[in-house]
Amino acid sequence: MTTTVARDTIRAPQRAGDRVFSTATVVAGSLILAVLAAVAAFLLLQSLPAFVATPADFNGDAANFWAYVWPLAFGTLWSALLALLIAIPLAIGIALFISHYAPRKLAQGLGYIIDLLAAVPSVVFGLWGIGVLAPLLQPFYTSLVEWFGWIPLFAGPVSGTGRTILTVSIVLAVMVLPIITAICREIFLQTPVLYEEASLALGATRWEMIAMAVLPFGRSGIISASMLGLGRALGETMAVAMVLSPSPQVIFALLTSQNPTTIAANIALNFPEAHGTGVNILLATGLVLFVITLAVNMVARVIINRRKAFSGAN
Amino acid sequence: MSTTTVAAPLTNSLTAGKLPRYSAVVVLLASWLVTAAVFLIVQLSGGGTSFNVAGTLFFGTVLYCIAIYLLSYFVEGVRKAKDRLVTALVTAAFVIALLPLISLVATTVINGLPAFLTPTFFTSSQRNVVGAGGGALHAVIGTLFITGLATVISVPIGLLSAIYLTEYGRGRLARAITFFVDVMTGIPSIVAGLFAFALFSLLFNDPGIRFGFGGAISLSVLMIPVVVRSSEEMLKLVPNELREAAYALGVPKWLTILKVVLPTSLAGIVTGIMISISRVIGETAPLLIISGFTASMNYNLFSERMMTLPVFVYTQYANQGTDTQAYLDRAWAGALTLILIVMLLNALARLIAKLFSPKLGR
Repeated sequence: MTTTVARDTIRAPQRAGDRVFSTATVVAGSLILAVLAAVAAFLLLQSLPAFVATPADFNGDAANFWAYVWPLAFGTLWSALLALLIAIPLAIGIALFISHYAPRKLAQGLGYIIDLLAAVPSVVFGLWGIGVLAPLLQPFYTSLVEWFGWIPLFAGPVSGTGRTILTVSIVLAVMVLPIITAICREIFLQTPVLYEEASLALGATRWEMIAMAVLPFGRSGIISASMLGLGRALGETMAVAMVLSPSPQVIFALLTSQNPTTIAANIALNFPEAHGTGVNILLATGLVLFVITLAVNMVARVIINRRKAFSGAN
Repeated sequence: MSTTTVAAPLTNSLTAGKLPRYSAVVVLLASWLVTAAVFLIVQLSGGGTSFNVAGTLFFGTVLYCIAIYLLSYFVEGVRKAKDRLVTALVTAAFVIALLPLISLVATTVINGLPAFLTPTFFTSSQRNVVGAGGGALHAVIGTLFITGLATVISVPIGLLSAIYLTEYGRGRLARAITFFVDVMTGIPSIVAGLFAFALFSLLFNDPGIRFGFGGAISLSVLMIPVVVRSSEEMLKLVPNELREAAYALGVPKWLTILKVVLPTSLAGIVTGIMISISRVIGETAPLLIISGFTASMNYNLFSERMMTLPVFVYTQYANQGTDTQAYLDRAWAGALTLILIVMLLNALARLIAKLFSPKLGR
């Protein structure tokens, strides 16, 4: 055989179908980026009038846009933070229970049950919060204020309805619980079995094994799961709008009838009646919320992506 | 309490220094009994209110944590004691998470059933209804139309992007898309609604625009990333051998994807789509903003306000008329309908995943 090698590298024939199909997928993929850019662009465009609005345009007595949005942003961050304080320890406990404590055969079913919480629409959480949770908690709040009223957080006078920021935070905690749990569970399950078996073989109890092998391995996963939960709690609208009795100010007290409201709830409550510059102002607060959640989510994703092994994080 | 602290007779050297197996259960029951007794005494002496079941269970569990820790500390040592304490706490965390779910489902069913079972609930709208009566047909229709359109928009875009990411995507664009799809899953739903409003009020120059199509667009913004993520996971599961076998037979790439990759992962993709539908079907905030609310039927997605089930629940609750109970009943019935739809979609998705997933024999 003569060994003449073709000069040109062999190229696959370009078929029309291939071109059309691959172009379509690229277009669809790029469209997603375009949509995200469009969200930012149109919100910015429509909220420009809000930044130069006169004091007369705002409800309440805000002098300019930043004075208007600051108490709302505070309420958003404050309620989300409280929700996370409640949700993170619970979520880690639940994830550990499902991944390391529950019987193997039950574990997946228990996971589904927790996921069901994520499927409940937020408006139903709102109804439940105001119809069941708030009346249930009100007596507790009364005794809390009676006994611990000297702590600034629990300062009185106590709310008569139970529709306080603490109730809202509990509802929010229940809502973000499945998200944090799902990711923590995935990560705990990915702990190398060798580490676990090694520590058990050295005589560690189950808790020592978890503290030495599982938790250190999952630390960054827990952090990013919490940040994703934070992103969700920041943007939650209906539960807050329905449960809270709002007054837009910066207040730290948890149990009074004066509560800082959140950006999202403020939009939902005022948007149907807004007109003129009022609409632009609400859109601008929405832009602020978008920027905050975008930043939180991006940081969370960067942390997750640094450890590529955690593919279950979505 | 004192009955339980009797440790097992230490005869067997292998079980020496250990609590018997049943000790956890016995201590838990004993703690509940003790707290129940305390609460009973309080109730009898203080008179008045009924027996405090929630308090009994709560303080009984707290007592259990303390008791099992001390018991184990003195019999088994501090390490075992900590282990038992953590076991108790972790199990308690799981039970605590179940409480809201059970309470929520129970209250929705109990409060929702009366109005849910009235014959008019699924046959009429709220038009000209004051007080009791009327139904949610307009909301059900609106939800079906808007969610259906959102699905029609999101599925092709999401599926094609997922195919791009698994089959074609290399380099910077693919990485950017993956990253921003993940980021997009965290967009607050109300921002999606505001985006649709900002877009269409500018396009049509109408500062008070409300219509169903905008709602579908805002739901698509929320739905696309979920579809992409779930389909991508499913496409990644298709074994490379299948693709290589197709290429070896001379099948073009696009036909390989259409005829080999997609059919193999179809069950998983459909499951993912149904779960993403169940995620957006309960969204209230964006629809409140861009689709508005109305009491009448509207079959036209492109003009006038359109009612949807979540917004129906919210407005029935928020704008209670003089006959408060009728409005609350309808709100709960709407919530029950929503939960039923979501649970049905979830169950169906799991069923499809179970029945039709390919058997990748190994």
